[in-house]
Amino acid sequence: MVYLDHAATTPVRPEVVADMTAEFGELGNASSLHGAGRRARRVVEEAREAVAASLGATPNEVVFTGGGTEADNLAVKGLYWARHGADPARRRILVSAVEHHAVLDPARWMADHQGAVYEELPVDAGGRVDPAALRAAIERDPADVALVSVMWANNEVGTVQPVPELAAVAREYAIPFHTDAVQAVGVLDLDFAASGVSAMTVTGHKIGGPVGAGALLLARGVDPVPVLHGGGQEREVRSGTLMTPLLRGFGTAVRLAAAERTAHAAELAGLRDELVAAVRRAVPDVRLNGHPTDRLPGIAHLSFPGCEGDALLMLLDARGIACSTGSACSAGVAQPSHVLLAMGADPETANGSLRFSLGRGSGQADVKALAEAVGPAVERARAARARRR
Amino acid sequence: MTLRVLAAMSGGVDSAVAAARAAEAGHDVTGVHLALAKNPQSYRTGARGCCTVEDSRDARRAADVIGIPFYVWDMAEEFDRDVVQDFVSEYAAGRTPNPCLRCNEKIKFAAVLDRAVALGFDAVCTGHHVRKAGGRLRRSVDDAKDQSYVLAVLTREQIAHAMFPLGDCTKAEVRAEADRRGLAVADKPDSHDICFIADGDTAGFLNGRLGSEPGPIVDQSGEVLGTHNGAHAFTVGQRRGLHLGGAVDRRYVLSIEPVNNTVTVGPREALAVDEIVAERPVWSGCEPPAEPLACTVQLRAHGEVHPCRAWQREGRLVVRLDEPATGVARGQAAVLYDGDVVLGSATIAETSRRAEAAAAG
Repeated sequence: MVYLDHAATTPVRPEVVADMTAEFGELGNASSLHGAGRRARRVVEEAREAVAASLGATPNEVVFTGGGTEADNLAVKGLYWARHGADPARRRILVSAVEHHAVLDPARWMADHQGAVYEELPVDAGGRVDPAALRAAIERDPADVALVSVMWANNEVGTVQPVPELAAVAREYAIPFHTDAVQAVGVLDLDFAASGVSAMTVTGHKIGGPVGAGALLLARGVDPVPVLHGGGQEREVRSGTLMTPLLRGFGTAVRLAAAERTAHAAELAGLRDELVAAVRRAVPDVRLNGHPTDRLPGIAHLSFPGCEGDALLMLLDARGIACSTGSACSAGVAQPSHVLLAMGADPETANGSLRFSLGRGSGQADVKALAEAVGPAVERARAARARRR
Repeated sequence: MTLRVLAAMSGGVDSAVAAARAAEAGHDVTGVHLALAKNPQSYRTGARGCCTVEDSRDARRAADVIGIPFYVWDMAEEFDRDVVQDFVSEYAAGRTPNPCLRCNEKIKFAAVLDRAVALGFDAVCTGHHVRKAGGRLRRSVDDAKDQSYVLAVLTREQIAHAMFPLGDCTKAEVRAEADRRGLAVADKPDSHDICFIADGDTAGFLNGRLGSEPGPIVDQSGEVLGTHNGAHAFTVGQRRGLHLGGAVDRRYVLSIEPVNNTVTVGPREALAVDEIVAERPVWSGCEPPAEPLACTVQLRAHGEVHPCRAWQREGRLVVRLDEPATGVARGQAAVLYDGDVVLGSATIAETSRRAEAAAAG
């Protein structure tokens, strides 16, 4: 299989499999007071230290969660409740228009059900939020902003946001700033402390860790109201028995990703450029989406004029090539990407786009296979589109 | 010969078994669920629909079990334009449309087939209960489930690209086979009602789209017998829901005139017609007959067959029934058969009683 969908999920690293396999054979609840519990607790805390050290945080800033979506929900809802509870005037949630649904949907839900005011920050044609635009949005009424959330790097087009600059603007007004950094770990230089953000979402399965383990990094003094209530295992902010084997794997994955980051990112960027060039040779009018320079090394998001993305995906899938059209709705129907629409694309262009994403194990053979298959697939997809009234 | 087959999978038992049979026959099968509603409902409510999220999941699961690729195709725009809006405007014009027929004609074997062929498929496979014989359509061996009536509108070209693996067995056999194959949809209830009217309230749906204006119910002489709450709630041959009171019971709807919002009722005998003119004939089973051809005709879904003579005149189908029939509604299809083979289909435009027959009878 030619797997070009690493941004969806990527193979679990052998080191992680080994660590988790060993841990699944062990007994103990990290919250128990006896020897077995202490052993599990030690594993969890070592994972916490690994995550903290790899991302420029301190161990007590790491709140483990069941993944990125849970961390985003905790940040958006929990910070809103905390800020609104302290001052009922704070009702505005500012999010970039290109956020993942794990941020957009909680923010919209808060507006629909909790009296929040939802406001999107516009992006430019490259998908970036201008710090001046954030300042202008806050300036309209600095006292009523509950929180700001802007992702570190976009999961569809790969655009990297100027997060430290944006966080600095929010900090001037003492407004908490959350960033979803799920796609940035292992390829960008992430330093939680230096970035100045209040909260940061990371997850395991995009970097060779397991699905089901992630974290919300919370700076000292940033205390969201819990979303999950129960035993209070994680700083009273997140309840639920700590999933020791998954967290051990997560810690290993984050540690390895950070250690190998520079070389890995350079390798991906080179391969990505080859992929784009190869597709362009086969389909000269293909368009590369996203920011020209501030972009993730492993993502190539391409628009194929006159094609429907779902038809292209099916034709490539039939040739054993896995890629993505972007987010799918619950019935599995591709909707035009809100990211591309926010960047100014028309719905037809948005629907005619595919994301190819590279990761560990990607190589020249993948690029070659795509280069051979994409031309005929585009031709067919165009013929099918033309027959549609 | 191995064909590249696109199996339309509704999430029901028939299309799942049809796809499984096509795959087992050695074809290269890809399953596709057609999303026909822009905002699919999450859960089934009462009467079964065709395009809930749950149906999509059932179809996906069946494809997993069969071991074929599966995708969802968004056909909501085409479906709304060619089936739902057509349904509404037909009722607005006082006719009684058959949306399943229209969906086969415009969606499954037109929009979907066109797209499939363009993308490299050879055929579209469905779970319809109908047989193909020498390029012609033939009734299913299961009389009660036969769907040739709603497929007779297909052209020879469309039939050539269609695959109907279920025509040679009964519904009971299909269910047993689904169970044997481990398809969880084996016990799923049949869908009966119009898929885009999930609650089964057709009159309510039409009222919502067309509004409802009260108007007169008159007899054949024009005398006003009562009032209705919207003419499009009625179908020719209907008796219930007229609310005319005991004195004038046993009245049937004879015609609906949307222009003056009038429903005409009369005794059952007045429903009898024996001459039918139908538009837009499609002849898949024979050449258009210039001279009267002795055959049979079916005038509504699951209706009885009537011996007749039929021919084409000035691009329209003329049908003379040997014996009068009742409850023949404009907008329904007149489907001609030679035994159990489909000859052709056309949309009923006018019905009448031949003068000499009326005088004699």
